[in-house]
Amino acid sequence: MSVAPMPSPRAAPIPKPDGILVVDDIVKRFPTPDGVITAVDHVSFAVRPGEFLSVIGPSGCGKSTLFNIIGGLVTGFDGSVTVAGERIDGPHASVGMVFQEESTFPWRTVIENVAFPLEIAGMPKTQRLEKAMHFIALVGLNGFENRHPVELSGGMRQRVSLARTLASEPKILLMDEPFAALDEQTRLLLGDKVLQIQQTLKQTTLLITHNITEAVQLSDRILVMTYRPGRTKRVVEIDLPRPRSSEIVGSDAFGHYVAQVWADLREEATRGLDEAESRAREKK
Amino acid sequence: MTSLALSRVRFLPFALGLGTFLAAALIVEILIRAGLINRFIVPMPSQIVASFERVIVEEHMFERFVMTFKECLAAAALLAIFGISIGAAMHRFELLRRATETWVAAMASAPTVLMYPLFLVIFGRSATTIVMMGFVAGLPAVILKTIEGLSSTRRVLLNVGRSFKLTPLQMFLKIQLPSALPTIFTGFKLGLIFALINVVGVEFLINFGGLGQLINDLAERYDLPGTYAAICFVILVSVIFFIVIEWIERWLTRTD
Ligand SMILES: Nc1ncnc2c1ncn2[C@@H]1O[C@H](COP(=O)(O)OP(=O)(O)O)[C@@H](O)[C@H]1O
Ligand SMILES: [Mg+2]
Repeated sequence: MSVAPMPSPRAAPIPKPDGILVVDDIVKRFPTPDGVITAVDHVSFAVRPGEFLSVIGPSGCGKSTLFNIIGGLVTGFDGSVTVAGERIDGPHASVGMVFQEESTFPWRTVIENVAFPLEIAGMPKTQRLEKAMHFIALVGLNGFENRHPVELSGGMRQRVSLARTLASEPKILLMDEPFAALDEQTRLLLGDKVLQIQQTLKQTTLLITHNITEAVQLSDRILVMTYRPGRTKRVVEIDLPRPRSSEIVGSDAFGHYVAQVWADLREEATRGLDEAESRAREKK
Repeated sequence: MTSLALSRVRFLPFALGLGTFLAAALIVEILIRAGLINRFIVPMPSQIVASFERVIVEEHMFERFVMTFKECLAAAALLAIFGISIGAAMHRFELLRRATETWVAAMASAPTVLMYPLFLVIFGRSATTIVMMGFVAGLPAVILKTIEGLSSTRRVLLNVGRSFKLTPLQMFLKIQLPSALPTIFTGFKLGLIFALINVVGVEFLINFGGLGQLINDLAERYDLPGTYAAICFVILVSVIFFIVIEWIERWLTRTD
């Protein structure tokens, strides 16, 4: 399914009108003992510069597979991923990844964690610590720079991961359910933080999520995926005013979008649940 | 908490430990004096304490202590260098690991001390034999724990490294090794226990060098208080080693 072009007032003129990240007709199959699983099936979309696009779908629909393909961690797929016109066939400095699982380095302090990509890039120490401080402040962790991850809450640790990825200044920020393990309140507040960061950095972002509220709160567009095989079901434009905050959750327009996305997602989620149940029954 | 209460919290376990030890010594003393334990088999704690001075002055305790300590130190250094690098190589090369892991595991439980005649032939009746025996005894534990630590690096941390395009060397030094360090230390401490036992044991067996030989001598002279006093110095060696290692470990894996 192709994505309808949309006039965007924020889109800067770029050589490829389609977008800074273009995912073109991706198909990924996994051979398993029970046959071949098609995890991602002919998925195409483009992310415009500065845009916040969410991919939403039920568990097991191939979201993480897509995340790993775009991040260059999974190879052996059909189709192509291009970033600013450059084809991706492995990890790429233009794409910054934030993982779903806790991924801070427990042996490093917050500032050492955030400075990690700069250290790898060979930046001198004082310079990289200074830069790391900037991103620590951006995610609201000032005062915690010399703590170790064990001393922080789950939400704070995820912000450390986010700051670490942002410090590498990727063209595209790619996040796989980064707040899935957090409680709803923390998630909404972190959403605010993400909105602020987005506002400040004009960061092009692709968020993978199964959470409807989160997707509507943060996105310019939401791409709904089907359950196995993972295809594009629909693209929903979220025409809520920016700058936004979590207060928007109470508005009528917000409720309307949530209902719209849920209507699409419901069918898929039901199918996913049914299949999981029948699999469980077969195993008995 | 007041500083007084805090120091009491720290002091209490130590005092309790020391108290229990002294009480046990006192009970043994009483049992021996009462004739319930044969005093020709177990010397009285008071006799052991009294023999300290004699052992230290007459038996060149200081030199022997230093000798055993140096042998242990050499074995520890060999363990750290070779144990960790062999473990890392076995982790890195799948074929090597699959070919040898079972052997290493078998060696871990083998009574390697029985190999001392072989080492005597190779290295002679020397400190080298003793150090090598200690090293060989501790090696499997260090290797196995190094492999275990390196292979249990969390997948997502490796993916973080890949996404930042780390070279294989950077991946090892900046992610796998620090993540494995606590497990490697467990293996190192375990290996060191085997090494210390073997160093003193082989000194005893081949009647050469430091504290092990002294224990052998004193036991043959049937100087039981002296024998036990010398054993106290063996314990002192291991206590010093473990204090130093825990200190290094805390320094390397500090998370405060
Ligand atoms: N390495 C793999 N080998 C076999 N099957 C896989 C592999 N990775 C993912 N899958 C399968 O592909 C499907 C999509 O998985 P995933 O991308 O993790 O979904 P999501 O992130 O949406 O929950 C699932 O059915 C999963 O079992
Ligand atoms: Mg997933």
